[in-house]
Amino acid sequence: MTRVPDTDLAVAASGLVKTFGDVNAVDGIDLEVRRGEVFGVLGPNGAGKTTTLKMLATLLPMDGGEASIFGVDVRRHPHMIRQLVGVTGQYASVDENLTGAENLWLFGRLQGLSSSRAKATANDLLERFGLTEARDRQISTFSGGMRRRLDLAASLISQPPLIFLDEPTTGLDPRTRGQMWDTIRDLIREGSTVLLTTQYLDEADQLADRIAVIDRGLKVAEGTPDELKTSVGSSTLQLRMAEPADTTPAVDVVRRVLGEEPVLTPEAGGMNAALTDANQAADVLIALRQAGLSIASATVQKPTLDEVFMAITGHGAEDETDQQPRHEMEVAS
Amino acid sequence: MSTSLLADHETTEVLDRTIITRPSLRDTIDQSLAMAWRALKKMRRNPEQWFDVTLQPLLFTAMFAYIFGGAISGSVEDYLPIVITGILAQTALTACMATGIQLREDMDKGVFDRFKSLPIARIAPLVGPALADLIRYATAATLTILTGLLMGYRPGGGFVGVLGGWLLTVFAGWSLAWIFTYFGTRARSAQAVQGISMMVMFPLTFLSNAFVPSSTLPGWLEAFVKVNPVSLVISAVRDLMNDGALTANVGWALLGCGIVVAIFLPLSVRSYSRKM
Repeated sequence: MTRVPDTDLAVAASGLVKTFGDVNAVDGIDLEVRRGEVFGVLGPNGAGKTTTLKMLATLLPMDGGEASIFGVDVRRHPHMIRQLVGVTGQYASVDENLTGAENLWLFGRLQGLSSSRAKATANDLLERFGLTEARDRQISTFSGGMRRRLDLAASLISQPPLIFLDEPTTGLDPRTRGQMWDTIRDLIREGSTVLLTTQYLDEADQLADRIAVIDRGLKVAEGTPDELKTSVGSSTLQLRMAEPADTTPAVDVVRRVLGEEPVLTPEAGGMNAALTDANQAADVLIALRQAGLSIASATVQKPTLDEVFMAITGHGAEDETDQQPRHEMEVAS
Repeated sequence: MSTSLLADHETTEVLDRTIITRPSLRDTIDQSLAMAWRALKKMRRNPEQWFDVTLQPLLFTAMFAYIFGGAISGSVEDYLPIVITGILAQTALTACMATGIQLREDMDKGVFDRFKSLPIARIAPLVGPALADLIRYATAATLTILTGLLMGYRPGGGFVGVLGGWLLTVFAGWSLAWIFTYFGTRARSAQAVQGISMMVMFPLTFLSNAFVPSSTLPGWLEAFVKVNPVSLVISAVRDLMNDGALTANVGWALLGCGIVVAIFLPLSVRSYSRKM
């Protein structure tokens, strides 16, 4: 029997590439996830998050690069990787034709548990995930939140040391989303290493220790949630001037007060400015009043993923036609 | 715990866990049986999956016998020994076409992502449903024979001969299903599998000796009909059921089925693994 030497890295990937036709869905991504941490991969739809995760989980072959999980090579030992990683997909991967208990029993049997062990594990997990009353119901009658919870339960059967969560709350209503977060937090408390992808900055902020921001198949930033947020400011002041003609003088005022250039928005007289402190909004409004410029509306908002993207990449998260050159920017090391 | 044939899997230590390096034959069998259990549950909960193996044998047997009986053999009774064995092969083929279509439909569902992410032998998700479908082939064969008996079919091979024909039909269904399983792993959609399968199934069934004696066909067609594996199976089933004879035809049929499995089973597993 051989032994793989222990490593502090749960995931070590370098130069990952995946090509679909002419498109490089993943274009050379490096990832390092340390043992025991929760690592978030943040990016808009189509950025390459799910593709990256699928390559690491052996669900898609890699077209380039190297990856290992706990020191085991992903390309050479897919069967071993599948025993080290539990995957919870973007769409619940459970069997519609089976009940909750039958699903977990089947996945347990497939992973080498005896029939009685598989049954006991299924019951434990159903209880832990609040699905006991649904154990004998077919999945086709489950709500979206229940499916996701069952799906998460299914990936924990063999107690894998690393868990992949692919957009665990996409499409869930806010209340169910909160429940899912609680469930994931419990998991984290038990010391699992988690690699999660998300489109939501607040989700990454809530759950992850470190975040990599992915855009068009490339990693554009990496750091703790605080470091990322500092780069965009803690919140955003959204201004709209009453007279579009006032826009240019208003930009001058905002720049003077905040020491930073506001970003013009498409509507006439609109602009967004990053605030390091929400209270700076009052300073801006007073300065505008003193300059005799009147506003149509003013809102203070927490930074959104779009603003993180603005700040880091210079283009919006959805703005795929932008021709600006991409520049890699290390927010922190 | 295991015999030398069912040797234990090789293992490696990662962190403080014992990880299986390769699934053993025993693991593969366990996993295939678990997948067969799933397929059976699914069948039980989707009764519409039974239409092709229940209604079709009843309908086709009666329809073909009464329509062609007089024209081909002079009377319905004389035609029964030909048509029953022909319909046996035809329903088995239709049933195994459904195996491929359903596999494709299944693979498009989320649960197959989980199967792919689990440390299971790549052959298990294919062998499992194939094992469960034995029940469908058996049902189709049984109902066809019963309908024939009700219509006045008196097989000359007796009980043992009929049992032999029945077994051969089920085995042929299981073997030929690997052709359609392969289409299932290759095609883009369930509709595409259906389309391709139809194009394969119709010539295989009708360009055979299923419904007419091959001697009535033009020479070039007779040549194809004679090498068609479906004809081989049908001739063997006729020898068993109508004459109670274990002839060379039975050997050819078994060999033909074996060759189909030897080609299409590895192709299917390879194409399924590559899809990931």
